[in-house]
Amino acid sequence: MSVTYIDAIHQAQKELLSEREEVFLYGQDIGGFGGAFKATKGLQEEFPGRVMDSPISEDAMVGMAIGAAISGMRPIVEMQFADFSSIAFNQIANHAGTHYYRTGVPVPITVRMPCGGTPGSGPFHSQMVETLYAHYPGIIVATPATVSDAYHLLKESVAIDDPVVFCEHKFLYRWLKTPEIDPEPLPLGIARIARPGKHATVVTYSAMVHEAVRAADRLAKEGWEIEVVDLRSVKPLDMDTVIASVARTGRLLALGEAFPWGGVTAELVSRVVADGFHLLDAPPLRLNAKDTPIPYHPNLWAAHRPTPESIVEKLRELLNL
Amino acid sequence: MEPSSAPGPIVSIIGDTDLIRRTLRVMIISRTLESKLSSLYKAGKIVGGVYLGTGQEAFSASLGCCLDQNKDIFAPLIRDQAGRTAFGEPLIEATRTYLGSVLGPMRGRDGNIHRGRPAERRPAMISHLGTSVSVVAGMLMARRIKGELAGVVGATCVGDGATSTGSFHEGLNLAAVEKLPMVVLVADNQFAYSTPRERQFACENLVDRAQGYGVTGREVDATNLLECLRVVQEAVESARSGDGPQMVVGKLLRLCGHGEHDDASYVVPDLKNSKLGRDCLEIGIQQVMAEGAVSVDEIELWKKEAAEEVQEAVANAQTDPRPDPYRDDWQAFSSKGINS
Repeated sequence: MSVTYIDAIHQAQKELLSEREEVFLYGQDIGGFGGAFKATKGLQEEFPGRVMDSPISEDAMVGMAIGAAISGMRPIVEMQFADFSSIAFNQIANHAGTHYYRTGVPVPITVRMPCGGTPGSGPFHSQMVETLYAHYPGIIVATPATVSDAYHLLKESVAIDDPVVFCEHKFLYRWLKTPEIDPEPLPLGIARIARPGKHATVVTYSAMVHEAVRAADRLAKEGWEIEVVDLRSVKPLDMDTVIASVARTGRLLALGEAFPWGGVTAELVSRVVADGFHLLDAPPLRLNAKDTPIPYHPNLWAAHRPTPESIVEKLRELLNL
Repeated sequence: MEPSSAPGPIVSIIGDTDLIRRTLRVMIISRTLESKLSSLYKAGKIVGGVYLGTGQEAFSASLGCCLDQNKDIFAPLIRDQAGRTAFGEPLIEATRTYLGSVLGPMRGRDGNIHRGRPAERRPAMISHLGTSVSVVAGMLMARRIKGELAGVVGATCVGDGATSTGSFHEGLNLAAVEKLPMVVLVADNQFAYSTPRERQFACENLVDRAQGYGVTGREVDATNLLECLRVVQEAVESARSGDGPQMVVGKLLRLCGHGEHDDASYVVPDLKNSKLGRDCLEIGIQQVMAEGAVSVDEIELWKKEAAEEVQEAVANAQTDPRPDPYRDDWQAFSSKGINS
């Protein structure tokens, strides 16, 4: 028996529905159909009236969830693809994100965002959205890279009183498996050392954790020991773990699948330079996707995002600085 | 119109003289408060802006008075001082928010009409028009899931401009799909800021849209208090009895600028002098007097009492502590220990 990343999300939602009567699920095609990725398969039947198909109305889906949340519920909204959350951006950033500070009333909504690239998905079914939502105050942004984190962080997201944007990577849905869910999870807000090392630190999150580990494995054959830090959430951003790692290695590569302008990797470099300049033996580097829309064809797509090859290349550059 | 001691036909339909008197009284209080807010703004005592509902009081107050303060939901918009007062918002919440008191519901963190108490079923609007429609729908959905929806109505207000937004469309469509007990008032006040309705939409009457959403539409001369009460009451009762969302379009003219910074010079005299440009408060006083439901003396007393209540709300808010940047916790998260 093994559990996939999407199984973990399904299981977390099933348990949440069963454990807390305030939880309900709302999204496009999530009812009898079970969702575009089957994250809610069978749940409508098992929890009648609490797993509902929505119209194709991302703004209203989140607005509705906000109204329900301030009335005592804990809705989970499924965006069919994270890319479509641009339509809900206003309700997430301006309504949910400002609500607690303005009124003192928290908005416990969780917006599930199937994000990231898969071959052939093209410009509008592949994007990363963590930077957009992390930029705005009042929104927690979870970015699980492992099956266990997909499960535990989703359960924790729903338990949290604040709005959570839950970035689940589509590329990991069925490919990533674990024999069993880790019974002792780290809490949200604490980063994880995915692979220990001493010559350089790669700080990353979501699917790029696995690409970074692959790159580190390749360099290990040459004697380089690369540490990989999995942020687990980009907001909160666990700078203690990042700085401690940079203190051990003296070198930082900030890696992300998002577009290169600004964003999580820029934030990391900026904070490490400001708070840990004395720890650095070389200028910190960044590696992101290219600054174009995400291309359709697998040949182009694979070159658009960071790959183990491009990460190795960037790490060699860092190690030789 | 001649005063009459017997109830007139519309009063008979509304069937509740107390409701009519209360609505008129709220309109007087709202007009008095807003006039004071305008003065305070012009005297430099209010920063940001002041947004009034002059000319829309009959429409807005009718809704607030027809809702049940103890169980219904009311999400007002920019020109709903009358509806807010009618739904039970104390005047001090308006003055405290406009004057930035830390004792107000928004504690100086948000201002003017961006105020509410969600726990009392009065959500606080954001500036993005149309967003409250889905929020009210969600507040109703929560009650449905909890089995507490019976007899509850959720209401919100928008203007003609908000009907052009995607948020309004998505929200009303969602409410219609879910057949929620909801009332949406559309104040068709001829202008969205300075943009006239013909640059806002191409349909003849906004109420025609109701059919497209699958909701019941009603249209009313919103300068006419008794008509407003009759139509809004009907809509609220229809929603309460399970007929799904109700849309009421009130035809009127905004009798003020978009905000008090705006002289509304784009409103042509012909429009001001048209039937739309009549003052619902003057008409309302005449109507209710003509129906024999209020006397001249009572109106004078209500005006005097309103002035006193407003004065007290302003005076108290003016002596309140203002926000201190060194004391604000600057926390956007309710969860403790979240370091962003």
